[in-house]
This record gives sequence, C-alpha cells and structure tokens, in this order.
Amino acid sequence: MRVGLFVTCLVDLMRPRIGFAAITLLESAGCEVVFPETQTCCGQPAYNSGDREAAQLLARKVLREFRHCDYVVAPSGSCSGMIREHFPELFRGEPEYEDMRGLAARTFELTDFLVNRARLGDVPGRFDGVVTYHDSCAGLREMGVKHQPRQLLAKVAGLQLKEMERSETCCGFGGTFSIKYGEISAKLADNKCQDVQASGADALVLGDLGCMLNIEGRLRRMGDHKTRVLHVAEVLAGIEGE
Amino acid sequence: MQVRSMHFKAAASQKLADRRLQDALRKTQGKFVAGRAQAILELENFDEIRDAARRIRDRVLEHLDLYLEQFERNATARGAVVHWAENAEEANRIICDIARVHGVKKAAKSKSMVSEECALNDALEAAGVQVVETDLGEYILQLANEPPSHIVAPVVHKSKDEISDLFERHHQRARKESVPDLCREAREVLRPHFLSADMGISGANFIVAETGSTLIVTNEGNGRLCTTMPRVHVAITGIEKVVPTLEDVTTLLRLLPRSATGQSITNYVSVTTGVRAPGEEDGPEHFHIVLVDNGRSRLLGTDFQAMLRCIRCGACMNHCPVYQTIGGHAYGWVYPGPMGSILTPSYVGIENALDLPNASTLCNQCGVVCPVKIPLPELQRKLREKQVERRLRPWTERLALRLWAYAAAQPEIYSLGARLAARMLRRMGGSERLIHRLPPGASGWTQGRDMPAPEGKTFHELYRQRSAGR
Repeated sequence: MRVGLFVTCLVDLMRPRIGFAAITLLESAGCEVVFPETQTCCGQPAYNSGDREAAQLLARKVLREFRHCDYVVAPSGSCSGMIREHFPELFRGEPEYEDMRGLAARTFELTDFLVNRARLGDVPGRFDGVVTYHDSCAGLREMGVKHQPRQLLAKVAGLQLKEMERSETCCGFGGTFSIKYGEISAKLADNKCQDVQASGADALVLGDLGCMLNIEGRLRRMGDHKTRVLHVAEVLAGIEGE
Repeated sequence: MQVRSMHFKAAASQKLADRRLQDALRKTQGKFVAGRAQAILELENFDEIRDAARRIRDRVLEHLDLYLEQFERNATARGAVVHWAENAEEANRIICDIARVHGVKKAAKSKSMVSEECALNDALEAAGVQVVETDLGEYILQLANEPPSHIVAPVVHKSKDEISDLFERHHQRARKESVPDLCREAREVLRPHFLSADMGISGANFIVAETGSTLIVTNEGNGRLCTTMPRVHVAITGIEKVVPTLEDVTTLLRLLPRSATGQSITNYVSVTTGVRAPGEEDGPEHFHIVLVDNGRSRLLGTDFQAMLRCIRCGACMNHCPVYQTIGGHAYGWVYPGPMGSILTPSYVGIENALDLPNASTLCNQCGVVCPVKIPLPELQRKLREKQVERRLRPWTERLALRLWAYAAAQPEIYSLGARLAARMLRRMGGSERLIHRLPPGASGWTQGRDMPAPEGKTFHELYRQRSAGR
C-alpha cells in the first residue's frame, strides 16, 4: 500500500530525524512510502487562530498533494487530527466536502497506523532504560491514540515502560497559546515535568513535536539535563539522536 | 457583576504567583476529578445517558418558547407569578418591586449564579433590603466581599485558615480551627436569619414545564429553608433552564451531581410547586419566578446554541488545566473556565472578553467530561473566528498569520524560509542546543522555558539529499 508521509512542519524544521524514523517504520511494515515534496503545513495554526480562510487554503493544498495516496500518515496526533477531524468541518456545505471526508478517512496517526493498518511485527529499536509516555491531547482525544504506542514500545528490546501520574493531562503547549499565554503555558509544562520526574523515568516518550519541544524546553530551564525527551518514532526505529 | 475579563492576563499572572491559591486549587481538583471518575462507574451506560440528556436539552432549545409558555401556564395555575426579565436591570427591578410590595426587610438567599450575573444583592441592598447568603461558601464570600471563583464550589480559592480569620473577625467569637466547628458556628449564625427573613431567594437548577415547578439541588439544606420558611419566595433563573417533564429531570439528575461533585445524588433535591395551599403547614404565601434572558436568546439559532445545553455542573473547570492553574477570578466575570470562555463573551460582548476563548490549549478535556456534550473547544475556536472577522485581533498578529499562510501556500518560499530558520535557530542554540531567549513575537515561549534548537537542516533538504544518493 502506498503511504504518503505528512511529515509536519515542526518535524521538518526541528527534528527531521523523526521523519526518517517514520519512513523506516512504515517501510519495515511493508509500505511503499512517498513524500510529496511540496507539502508544508496542515494549516492548524491558522485554524486555531480563527483564520478560516487561510486554513481552507492549506487544506486544499494537502488534499491535492495526497490525492494519489492510499493513506496519509503523520508522526503527530495533532496534525493528523487536524486533517481527520477538522478538514471536513472546514468545508461543510462546500463542493470539496466529500473529497475532504475521503482524505480524512485515509489519514492516520503514525502509531495507530502501524498497529491497526500496517500491523507492524518486530521493531528495529533498542532502548536500555525506563521510559514514561505522555498522551498528547489531540492524539488521545481526537485520534484515540492510547494503547497503540504502548503496544509498540513493549516490543522495543531493553525498554521498560513506567506510567506517570496524569499522563493524559495537557502539557500546556496549545500552539500559539504557548507564546500568547507564555506564563500559563510554562506553568502547565512545569506541572507535567514534575510528573515526568516523579515517575523516575530516564526518558519521556511522546508522539507530538509541540509537546516535545514544550516539555523538553521546560525540563532544561528547570536545570534537568538528564531526562531525555524522545519521539516514539525515534525510539521504535532505534535512531534517537544525541 | 462588573466585567473584568479584559484584565485576564494581568490577573492570571498574579494568580500564578499566589501560593495559597495554588495549594487550594491542587487540593480540591484531585477530589473533584477522582470523585467524578468514580461516580460515573456506577452507571453502566453513562455515555448513553449523556446522549439522552443532550437530546432533552436540544429539544428544549429548539422549542424554547413553547416550553416556557407551558411552564408559565402551569406555574401560574398553582399560584406562582412568572416574571420575564430581558436583562439584569429588569430582573433586579422586578425583585426590588416584589420586596417593596411585601414590605421585605430581610432576604435569606440560597446559591444562584444568575443572581451574580445581575448583581442582585447590590440592587436589593440599595433598596434597603438586607440580604443574607446562606450557602456556606457564598456566606463566606459575602463576609469577605468577594465574588465566587467556581460555580459549584464558590469558595474553592480560600484556605481554611482564611475562613477562620474571617469568622473570628465578623462573628466576634473565639477562633474556630476545625471544619466541623466552623460549620457549626456558621449554622448558629445563620439559623435566626431563616426564621426572621421575609423573603427567600433561590436559583433553579431546572424548571419543569409540565408541573410549573422549580428545582434545586443542594447539599446543605439551606436551599430548602429559603424556599419554604419565609412568606415570600423568589426563584431567579435563566430562561434556558426549562425541562419538559419530571421524567426528563431524572435523566439530567443522574448526570449533574456525578459530574459536579462525584455524588450519586445531592443531599437535597427540592422541587417547589406553587404556593402554600389552604391547610398546608409550610411553603411561601407568595411565589415569584423571575426568568432572565440577559443575552441567552441571542444564542438561539447560532453556532453557540449548544452552549445553552449547559446544566452548570462545573466539570469543565474541574478538568481544565488552565482553570486549575489560575483559578476562577482571573476570568473576570460570573462564569469561569471553559464554560465561561463561551458564556462571558456571549453575554457581555466579544470585545469585552478577548482573551477568554484564546486562553485555552484546546485540549478538549472539558468536551470529554461535559455531561451534555457541549463541544467547548469548537465553540472557543468559533469565537476566535469571530474575533478575526470583526478585526478584533492585534494587527501584528493578523499580519504574522497572513505572511505565514502566504508562505505556507508557496512551497519554494516556505522551504527557503524553513532552511534559513533551521540554521539561524541552530546557531542561536549554541553548544547546549538550547535557545534561552527568542526574539519579540515569540518571546512568550522563553519566559518560562527554553526552546530546544533544531538539528540544522530541514527534512525536505535531507530527504532530497537522500533520494539523490540512492
């Protein structure tokens, strides 16, 4: 099956290795992976800032770019959630509505896709240590991602998962919220960091770049340079960086 | 109540630094969240009940005029007088008139958020009526001269020590330290007021169209005293609170206390129907029901109609990470948290509460727990769209969004920008790979955290390199 990788603008800019990890995983599950090179962003920043017109513009662009793919997979619950839950809503009553519904039905968050569609067997990764998992809001509450990453992490040799308290509570990222309401956002990140630290894990693993940058940024500001923050794809593919 | 929502940011900042508030919030949130989680397990079909409840509320809102008229007919037939108030001033005028006609000197009041909307106490005091709040939380706030910070637990922001101080100062009795002692003292002070009040004022959680009844759920019993002891009873509530039948009420009551406090049922569920009939021993001689619009009917037929389903359980704020970090006062009006972020701009004007719909991560924890499935984040987003449509956002933000959207629609321009940004930010991160200070526009991020630096090249670049090398 032909899988279009929607790499997301944050992975593109901040952590390209996560994109390659996603390709590795999809390929080891037997998928043909294509990467439409004109892709940029799903439009969520515009959508959540109330700029519907800009959001529609970018949604149409995503639709065009991934028209030829059987599936669209993103290493992010937030961006895949934007496409699956909100693209159709953006075009309710407009000619593109049915196309958007089709696109939405083909769009998956990476771990959900690996478990429920591609049925990935073994994973290449190895990790010696204890990790804890943060459930990102859109992944959990829009895309139903909860057991999938845990199921996959259980296959990683050497890895031990230890759940933290309040793993389902928002880390405070919230897109432009993190900048507009920096103080509140940082406080929410701080609460999350305390739960991460209390779990005693060597690394926090999660599935969304926004949460990743937010939590890692707060951990470092608190002086914690020890707890690693990793995307689930990196850990599964065994290519986590420095 | 005066609207202070435009000062949200400054207020939130102050609340974040308030240790006592932070402790108080942490203590109660755990209780509410765990309590609800436990209580909903008692119901095998919780989600189906939620759907049924939503349908009941939607049906009412689709035919609000019909149910309200039915309510008025049935309430009137049982000797109550129904008044219609278009706004807060009208509600206050109606109730002050009732007080005057009946020569009321003192009113004993049970909890009502609509009366907070109207600032009813101020109006009555100005008309020479002494108002005594009898809900323990509201009584404490009346002594402290503060507004509630939560719709169900109005005094959630106060510590026990602060309450001990307040009681000692106002009651002029020996300082009480334990919760039972404090409650006993409040009860002793309040009892004489129930007996001497000429008027009882209550809210209504629901009003029932088929019987013309008003219904309140309480835990302290003060509500029942207020609605039965004084010779005049005034119930004030919003027009959206009508429910067709008592049967419908039972469905909603399976959800309300469980979602609010984690109780299967509250200590009291009081249904008040009509005035004291000949031969009956208690109940008021006069029963006035004041139905307040105050902006509600404006939401009918709009995207925001769903908000009127709200049954005021407070689960959205109990589960909101933002509310739990800053408390209710920062929101600046009667209704805090996610429900307030929709109701406040809807009732007092979008332009008077610009921060509220934006000060949310859209995490949807509120939507998940709402017993009547109000899509709160979706409504917050729709309010953001309205702000954009009405050009209420700062021009800098509008320009930045436009530029970004323009670039994101042009792959070449976008990819050039991304490549430049990746390199610049990588350099800013230095050897630690951490950016301690982002430039204006993004500096909100680095107020309280670092920004991890990017790897230095974009995925697009590396992918192209890899494809070329294959």
